[in-house]
Amino acid sequence: MVLLLSIIVQGLPAITSSSHFFTNPPAPEATEAGIGPSLQGSIWVCCGCALFCLPLGIGTAIFLEEFKPTNRWLRRLSSLLQLNISNLAGVPSIVYGILGLTAFATMFGVFGSDADPWFEIGTTYKRQYLTEGMEVVFLPVEDRDSIPALTDGMVAYKSDGSEVKLNVIGPDDDFPDDDATMAVSVLSDAEGGINANQAWYSFRLPFGRSVLAASLTLMLVILPVIIISTQEALRAVPSSLRQAAQGLGCTPWQVISNVSLPAAVPGIMTGAILAMSRAIGEAAPILMLAGIVYITQGPKHLMDDFSVLPIQIYYWAGLPINPNATLNFQHIAAGGIIVLLGILFAFNSIAVLIRQLATKRLT
Amino acid sequence: MKRVFTWTLFALVVALGTNFGTNANAQGIADLEGKIVVDGSSTVAPISIRASDAFRKKCPKVSVPVGVSGTGGGFKRFTKGETDISDASRPIKFKELKQCEENGVKFIEIPVAYDGLTIAVAKNNSFVDVLTVDQLKKIFRASKGDGSFTNAKTWKEVNPEWPETPIKIFAPGTDSGTFDYFKEVVVGKEEGASIREDMSVSEDDNQLVQGIANTDGAVGFFGASYYFSNQDKLKAVKIVNPATKEAVEVSAENIESGKYAPFSRPLFIYVNAKSARRPEVKVFVTHFLDNAGELAKAVDYVGLPESISSVAMNHFKRRKTGTHFWDKDGEKKEGSLTELYTAENILSLE
Repeated sequence: MVLLLSIIVQGLPAITSSSHFFTNPPAPEATEAGIGPSLQGSIWVCCGCALFCLPLGIGTAIFLEEFKPTNRWLRRLSSLLQLNISNLAGVPSIVYGILGLTAFATMFGVFGSDADPWFEIGTTYKRQYLTEGMEVVFLPVEDRDSIPALTDGMVAYKSDGSEVKLNVIGPDDDFPDDDATMAVSVLSDAEGGINANQAWYSFRLPFGRSVLAASLTLMLVILPVIIISTQEALRAVPSSLRQAAQGLGCTPWQVISNVSLPAAVPGIMTGAILAMSRAIGEAAPILMLAGIVYITQGPKHLMDDFSVLPIQIYYWAGLPINPNATLNFQHIAAGGIIVLLGILFAFNSIAVLIRQLATKRLT
Repeated sequence: MKRVFTWTLFALVVALGTNFGTNANAQGIADLEGKIVVDGSSTVAPISIRASDAFRKKCPKVSVPVGVSGTGGGFKRFTKGETDISDASRPIKFKELKQCEENGVKFIEIPVAYDGLTIAVAKNNSFVDVLTVDQLKKIFRASKGDGSFTNAKTWKEVNPEWPETPIKIFAPGTDSGTFDYFKEVVVGKEEGASIREDMSVSEDDNQLVQGIANTDGAVGFFGASYYFSNQDKLKAVKIVNPATKEAVEVSAENIESGKYAPFSRPLFIYVNAKSARRPEVKVFVTHFLDNAGELAKAVDYVGLPESISSVAMNHFKRRKTGTHFWDKDGEKKEGSLTELYTAENILSLE
């Protein structure tokens, strides 16, 4: 309670004093810093996580609970699985972070590295040149390794898309006299820098330190929790309901999709939402995966760099405290904590609401 | 000749762009696009973040995310060519150098600021004012199993005139460059020597500050910037310079002049030479170096003397790759940054 009060006292000025707290990127000055990109990052990672986790978790639970094996050996296997899932629920999340880094981010190194992926889609490359007149021109290229041979009169593009004709200065040529030609002049051996444009659907193997890798890692963290809570919910459905359905001639699938699952939905949703609120508050596995603490934009696609709220808070809380300033990074961190607490509180209220409203008497 | 002309023009435009944002030529640079991946030491990160933030105002389409994987973690990625710039609070290790060589990663080594390591005690500690390096060894080293060295458990064992208060040590995490640097000075390469293990370790420097300020007989070490902002709670111990035998206080002047030895350390950025061919990286690093002094001061570090920063600029312009701190047999070179950081002293990778 004291802790909560002190957080609110410290954090409220941060939220209220800067009108851009929710949209600004992190900044070196506490007065300008905001949680924009990390909040967006958190939302992206969490949505991605839910997308992968819910079907897989609920499906696994249905399989384990509704299709109990009759064979003695299979039954042993099933109880072994059950034991493993309960154990996995207790593994510290940092361990999943290490696993996620090797399994998703680098993929054991079999698909090359982040900088040179084995498979890529939705990425177009261009070479960026700074002309002798300090203007920026681009030449589209096939892949990241190709270096175009520069010729006089070659068409290049400026950043607004307009075309310009390049003037190439050979090793023995003189520089042009007028500024207009200088603006489109490049040395014949000019160093163009590779530049990647990624579309919204871009995808690559390995995933690298991307939103997708983080989502999958968090999926590992909360999957056991979701499986166990779904199993509990299914177990709570009275067997009389199932027997009635079976008695009416339903196939096992019909029993599940029409009877058990609908009856268990409130329990499943509650468990899933609580698991998601754990995922949104995790810092350790993400820190292991991608410890970015300064980023100016939220992610644009699943392969993008990102930061999440807990990491931003963790970094800010460790910065030196300036006793003379009215607004320190500690206050900004406290502001971030309030936002995170708000999200968690909202999640939990939804869970409670679902349980209250959707639960029907089944017996 | 042409190259020199290009670079002069380039430096001129960057300088103009820095001073007058409305300059027509700066508009050209503002069109630059791309992403520069920076990762590494959390000690250097505040400088990089400041540089990145200032750069964003100049080239809004270039994103420069800064990560804090730690100096070692940053180098692990850098040696694989995953990052463009690696922040480091110590020079590259020989092992990391070898990995760079294996993976064909060449780099330009650039010091950006000095950081003073502060040995601090609580404000109300009345007896500790000055410590020598030998006394620090007595305090921080582990006892040897054969009994040839035993560390001090109380302050009386360090100096007979001091009270018999037990020593409590607060230290930063073992993965940090700060810890590595302190260990190198206090423990060195002596056979069988190591740092003691009965210390309170925290990755969060604010916790170290709290711990030292509120514990009787506590001592600890961390970057000087944490001392500068907590002078009301802490007392920095003067360190006897082993060369001049003079007790020196931690201050910006003493760190820059090199008097605060052996606990002033240079902070580096390592730029991947292949990435440095990209225009946006070139502009960013040039911008970084031009403003390094100011950036350092803004985060309570100490700017480099002109003599070193001009060498650094020159190294980057001429793409002088390699390290200044190792010879090719893996022997670490001894000396101050001014002595070591010269073009003649460079060890290039094959």
